Amino acid sequence: MNRLWVWRIGAWGLGIIPLVVLAKLATQNRLGANPIEFLEHYLGDWTLRILLITLAMTPIRIFTHLNEPIRVRRVLGLWAFFYLCLHFSTYVIFDLGFSASQLGEDLVKRTYITLGFAAWLLLVPLAVTSTLAWQRRLKRRWLTLHRLIYPAAILGAVHYLWLVKADTREPLIYLTVLLGLLAIRLPWSRWGASFQRQASFQMKAKDDGL
Amino acid sequence: MLIKIAHRYPLQPSEITSEGIYAERRRFLRAMGLAAGAAFGGFGLLPAALAASAELAPLSIARKSEMAGGEGVTPYEDITHYNNFYEFGTDKEDPARNAGQLRTRPWSVVVDGECEAPGRMDLDDLLKPSRLEERIYRHRCVEGWSMVAPWVGLPLANLLKRFKPTSNAKYVAFYTLFDRQQMPETARGVLNWPYREGLRFDEAMHPLAFLSVGLYGRVLPNQNGAPLRLTLPWKYGFKSIKSIVRIQFAERQPTTTWNQLSSTEYGFYSNVNPSVDHPRWSQSRERRLGEAFKRKTLLFNGYPEVASLYTGMDLRTFF
Repeated sequence: MNRLWVWRIGAWGLGIIPLVVLAKLATQNRLGANPIEFLEHYLGDWTLRILLITLAMTPIRIFTHLNEPIRVRRVLGLWAFFYLCLHFSTYVIFDLGFSASQLGEDLVKRTYITLGFAAWLLLVPLAVTSTLAWQRRLKRRWLTLHRLIYPAAILGAVHYLWLVKADTREPLIYLTVLLGLLAIRLPWSRWGASFQRQASFQMKAKDDGL
Repeated sequence: MLIKIAHRYPLQPSEITSEGIYAERRRFLRAMGLAAGAAFGGFGLLPAALAASAELAPLSIARKSEMAGGEGVTPYEDITHYNNFYEFGTDKEDPARNAGQLRTRPWSVVVDGECEAPGRMDLDDLLKPSRLEERIYRHRCVEGWSMVAPWVGLPLANLLKRFKPTSNAKYVAFYTLFDRQQMPETARGVLNWPYREGLRFDEAMHPLAFLSVGLYGRVLPNQNGAPLRLTLPWKYGFKSIKSIVRIQFAERQPTTTWNQLSSTEYGFYSNVNPSVDHPRWSQSRERRLGEAFKRKTLLFNGYPEVASLYTGMDLRTFF
């Protein structure tokens, strides 16, 4: 088994295992006194976790010179989007009872809902254009478009921080890790030049239809 | 205009389940629970929870009042494993895990401030003159979830009167125990300990204001605020302060913990009100534990008899 398969299995495992665990907890009636809230938090947590892991792939590539992290980036991103869709659906079905007017009210009045919804909206075109055909069609613009993952992740982490009552420890951990992952990409960071090289190399490869 | 005044106790004593049948039903339910637990492969959760409740001493109850509109009570397991008691951790299941180390006997309560008979009272002496009653109340958390719980205790007014509050007593302040040894989570300083709450004097004397010492016919589990807690069914749950060690009659409005943390989000009154939103989320609806979809929240949590306390007050200003 080659190394790429190890990474692929890892990425798929990361996507599937939380679902299996959730199914197990549900069948054992272990979702607690407020199962809907549990579901929303669980799905939201895993969206953020997988999103952060997705964003860690390029830094891992820079630090280790391995190519595999880049090859599993897409599947990780899609799993994060999958959990985000489940998270959002749970809210629409159980919190809103499918009420469009209440969704509208929440979007206008509840900042954390606005932020979370915006994060989802930003990720929709990324999921849609994740196929090879779209990569080829958009060429270097594909990479530019997919930088929307940065603002989406920030919105997601702030969305979490915004709704916490008093204990901000967990959302601040996510936000700190995220800002760290983004900071090492900045041009003036120690690794900034490597990211620039990586990006221009990939853009050229896209233009060449690879 | 027709003004309908609801009877404070809409049920006749004869309509309330007698203790014998109540106990019988509990035994039956417990047997069912054990059978179900065994049938579903014995994950060990249900029987363990019931065993834990069985360890707590049963209380003798003089009378029972169903005051939640006939709605079924939330299961014991849920009421005792979904708690906000930040001294024992901020996750809902933390208090059930961590509150076991709280020592609830001996327990004394200091009563001081604007009263003629202040003092430090041992809890058992404090409770001795009282006949305990059970009240089934709705409970609405500021976070948007709710439950129905059978509390055992006494009207707050009965206890407060014994200390002969003076005419200067315009407010009553309450303090939770603050002990780093027994409450290691307080080291994190999520809130400004000790936890403090307060009521206007007339609110405290209202017949609905209740002091609980028990739940489901037994002594309160630690995570629910043993050995003594407030139960104020028309206010958001955080007003119902737990594990009380001090009661202080005050002339001025006391500082309260959540209000101190964020005065725009948690008002001194914090009456349940569907038309006054929390700045970050709506209060118009709530999720009853055990239900998937949300239901409408009622003004004063469905206890209109407290409305006269707030006549002439703008509930948006005094939220």
